[in-house]
Amino acid sequence: MSLPPETRPAESGVIHDIGYRGYTGPRLGRGYATRSLFTQGLRAAYGLGRSGRSKVLPMLVLAVLTLPAVVIVALAIVQGRTELPLDYPAYPSALGLVVELFVAAQAPVLMSRDLRYSTVPLYFSRPITRGDYVRAKFGAMVVAMLLLMTAPMVVLYLGAVLGGMPFGHNTAHFLYGLAAAVLFALVYSAVGLLIAASTPRRGFGVAAIMGFLVVSQGIAVVVLGIAGGLDNPVPPESANWVGLLSPGWLVEGLVTQLFGLGSAADLHAPGTLGVTVFALEAAVVVAGSYGLLRRRYRSI
Amino acid sequence: MSSAAPGHYLVSVSTVIKTDGLTKRFPRVTALDQLTVEVQPGVVGLVGANGAGKSTLIKILLGLAPATSGTGQVLGLDIATEGSAIRERVGYMPEHDCLPPDVSATEFVVHMARMAGLPAAAARERTADTLRHVGLYEERYRPMGGYSTGMKQRVKLAQALVHDPQLVLLDEPTNGLDPVGRDDMLALIRRVHSDFGISVLVTTHLLGELERTCDHLVVIDGGRLLRSSSTASFTEATQVLAVEVTDHPDDASYDAGAAVRERLAAAGLTVGADGPRVLLVGIENDDTYDTIRDTVAGLGLGLVRLEQRRHRVAEIFTDESPAPAAGPADAPEGGTADVAAS
Repeated sequence: MSLPPETRPAESGVIHDIGYRGYTGPRLGRGYATRSLFTQGLRAAYGLGRSGRSKVLPMLVLAVLTLPAVVIVALAIVQGRTELPLDYPAYPSALGLVVELFVAAQAPVLMSRDLRYSTVPLYFSRPITRGDYVRAKFGAMVVAMLLLMTAPMVVLYLGAVLGGMPFGHNTAHFLYGLAAAVLFALVYSAVGLLIAASTPRRGFGVAAIMGFLVVSQGIAVVVLGIAGGLDNPVPPESANWVGLLSPGWLVEGLVTQLFGLGSAADLHAPGTLGVTVFALEAAVVVAGSYGLLRRRYRSI
Repeated sequence: MSSAAPGHYLVSVSTVIKTDGLTKRFPRVTALDQLTVEVQPGVVGLVGANGAGKSTLIKILLGLAPATSGTGQVLGLDIATEGSAIRERVGYMPEHDCLPPDVSATEFVVHMARMAGLPAAAARERTADTLRHVGLYEERYRPMGGYSTGMKQRVKLAQALVHDPQLVLLDEPTNGLDPVGRDDMLALIRRVHSDFGISVLVTTHLLGELERTCDHLVVIDGGRLLRSSSTASFTEATQVLAVEVTDHPDDASYDAGAAVRERLAAAGLTVGADGPRVLLVGIENDDTYDTIRDTVAGLGLGLVRLEQRRHRVAEIFTDESPAPAAGPADAPEGGTADVAAS
């Protein structure tokens, strides 16, 4: 074929076409390719390697989640408190809407784009399998959310410990917080990715995820009201079962009961039976969504 | 038939693709029916109308869909059990658009190179090389949304070549290109084999393109193998002469063709017609040429053309096709496209 003018050897002959060179180096295979896809997904969740505009929202969410932690810990130290005013596991729930905004906005970035631009079949022509694809995307979303929720807790923890608050208590509760973050990340990612993978339109994906989370929360609040949870300062024990209706409350209730946190007024899984049922539902949501995701990509 | 690939592989492969009784049934249609074919290194055309089973075959060869029955090997690797290893050594250029518009060609091809298992540094180096080879220069740093169709096709080809595969599967690579872009792409495909030493399996429904580009053609129709042989054998000479004569110099209303036809028939030759001016004369022996010359001269006409007819690839769809159901339906598409391409 004719080469465009700029690559024709110049009169002075400084440009030499060295011809085609084969590749004899290592081929790192499926595992490496899956990790590459994971890394790319994790970066994409924060807009890295993409346009400046796509960095705005994830970075804003990260800032909105982290700045209050800085303020809280600074105030606590200045006031000479011996305990943080907000416990670690309660932090992600307190800013739950921001966390939900992140999953609604970024899950479609990971799934819908590949569908919309038909890049998915191209991935499947590479060594990775369909299962690897889902695994990499799921891992990327979970880790992205984990980082998002861990960052403010690290700020709280470092501030508390350096500010002279009890080391043992803070370490234990920081670990409870991490456990809560893992559960939140798993449940939100599972729900978010499954919805995002059902549409090639990013906008629909964002709206559908946010809609699902807001509506399920709304239903939970209504049911809580009917059960008398809103009238009494301490809701009846049975009202806690509404936690099953919303992903956010599900994790919150499970963590509160599991680690014996909060007061009786806080939402918690009621008793051992509650913990079992709440944990079971969380497991079913995560495993079920993951299974459905794999099924979704089996026929592409 | 074709020359062996230049040796930049440690293991040279004599058979690139081999299938034996490959069958793929979907609940309502049979996409592939007992397909047994062997493909040697070179540029091989996979010909068939839309729905003939080309895409299904490519999917199965990449190990992405299981065959209902039958076996197959790509580069000596089993399609049923070694799909991942096959995909590491094979490049695939899909027919459809597959490029995210907000990413530059460089970023995209680097990512696809890593997805093929290349370490990061090698992925960047190979991307720069490959994009240069397909003819993409300064524009490779711009988002792909602004590319022309020709540039997009080049990026798609580049991502299929970036990991230096032993075989590339190109699905309709000239789709949507203007005639110049199409010629460039076909020349590039030839170079992929002749200069890069990579075997090529290219699908298209434009038969004219394949005649010029491929060493070997595999024709499938309705999931069955119609024919697999060298391109030369598809276009070999027939025992028919095409004869074209001028009008009568003095009498414009004189039907020169009919007159010649009559005389030749009287001389004992079999004569057919191909359009108003071209006669097709069966070659009996060497004297046939003399008979035609003398007949035309005797009528006072000029001889414009006297040539031995060649087969065209399109004929496989028009003449006594063994698959009667799909045969005639393919002909218009292949026929017109053939004219358009050449």
